[in-house]
Amino acid sequence: MAPVLAILRKDLRTELRTRQSVPAMSLLSTTTFVVFHFGLDRSSVEGELAAGVLWVTLLFAAMLGINRLFVAEQEEGGFDGFLLAPIDRSAMLLAKVVALLIYLVALELVALPAFALLLLGPAPTQALPELLAIIALADVGIAVVGTLVAALAVRARARELLVPLLALPLLLPVLIGAAEASAPLFLDAGAEPVKAQWYLVLGLYDMVFALLAYAVFDFLVED
Amino acid sequence: MTPAAIELEGLGRSYGERPALTDVTLSLPAGQTLAVLGPNGAGKSTLLRVLATLLRPHSGGARVLGCELPREGWAVRGRIGFLAHEPMLYRDLTGRENLRFHAALHGVAPGRVGELLDRVGMAARADEPIRALSRGMVQRLAVCRALLGDPELLLLDEPRSHLDPHASELVEPLIGRSSGCTRVVVGHDPAAGLAEADLVLGLRGGRQQLLAPADGLDPAALQALYA
Repeated sequence: MAPVLAILRKDLRTELRTRQSVPAMSLLSTTTFVVFHFGLDRSSVEGELAAGVLWVTLLFAAMLGINRLFVAEQEEGGFDGFLLAPIDRSAMLLAKVVALLIYLVALELVALPAFALLLLGPAPTQALPELLAIIALADVGIAVVGTLVAALAVRARARELLVPLLALPLLLPVLIGAAEASAPLFLDAGAEPVKAQWYLVLGLYDMVFALLAYAVFDFLVED
Repeated sequence: MTPAAIELEGLGRSYGERPALTDVTLSLPAGQTLAVLGPNGAGKSTLLRVLATLLRPHSGGARVLGCELPREGWAVRGRIGFLAHEPMLYRDLTGRENLRFHAALHGVAPGRVGELLDRVGMAARADEPIRALSRGMVQRLAVCRALLGDPELLLLDEPRSHLDPHASELVEPLIGRSSGCTRVVVGHDPAAGLAEADLVLGLRGGRQQLLAPADGLDPAALQALYA
């Protein structure tokens, strides 16, 4: 675990110093909610529309963090330094997934209140545990697939184009699952129970892609 | 007989269709120094990256410290110190943070970081971010990074570039002949290469043009590499 913690600590310290990912992600999400607020010309949205607006916005904001996830490794020789160490390559995968998860949580700490303030009718305070569970499952999926795609695209010249082109189609099941699961929580008439099948869909997605990422990550970072 | 630290047999490596190294064959006994010389684009840095396990050989065989590459690359990584063109240090972290990070990856006690910083005269500037340091200071920190794991084999790509005479003197006991390590040193200065080598490999266009003991080697043969 020491290498995982070392990489994670390094990433978080760098982000705290440079503020290159989380502020940009948060700003994009808040700006998007403002645009939706005026674009939809409504004081509030509910149900499927609210869920769709929230998850599409979070997904696009996540792209900014995914894009930068391995940039220091690529541009400052971090990949070589890591590959020269006698450690399992999956240490970097795990550290980067956790780092991206932390970025997503930080994003949501800003984006969710902004969403509630700018677009949502009554806030689903009663259904907060369900909403947090959906967010946690979706975040794991975004973090795993985002890390995989970031590692794949980082050496490409068109990295900033390649990341959304690869990640967004792969993350469609997360978008559908999270939006379908959270739609009943955003009803004006009060939150309704979430169908259990959507938790299952999100959980299975996380598991399958975590295994896939573990299996292929070595090939992505090594020569 | 001293066991070979490096054995290459017809080693080749390409970048796409372009061969970067072709048919390199040599044996370097443990504790000796190999100087790799040649003009720009000769394949010197590629050879170092193959030996460091960062690039896979595409043809031929390579054994480093008794381990066959790339199959046993994992077993040799912690025993190699690689000083490349790129210092492999994060610009927004301080020198000490960078070295502690690499120490954690190599399973080295943090105390080794302070010891190496003292040896290269960088203890006083170790808490400044890399981007605020001169290239020579960064090179000294890169030397520390390469030596963290107390390596048996040093792969040095122009190790004294950017270093002033005082800094060169400081790093000499760590990466010079007196370090006692097996060394592969890439450089552009034939005279300096000859002075510190036991064996000289001359590359040109990725091909092995010269392999000879440094003692008694005609400097004209080296100059011909650059003609």
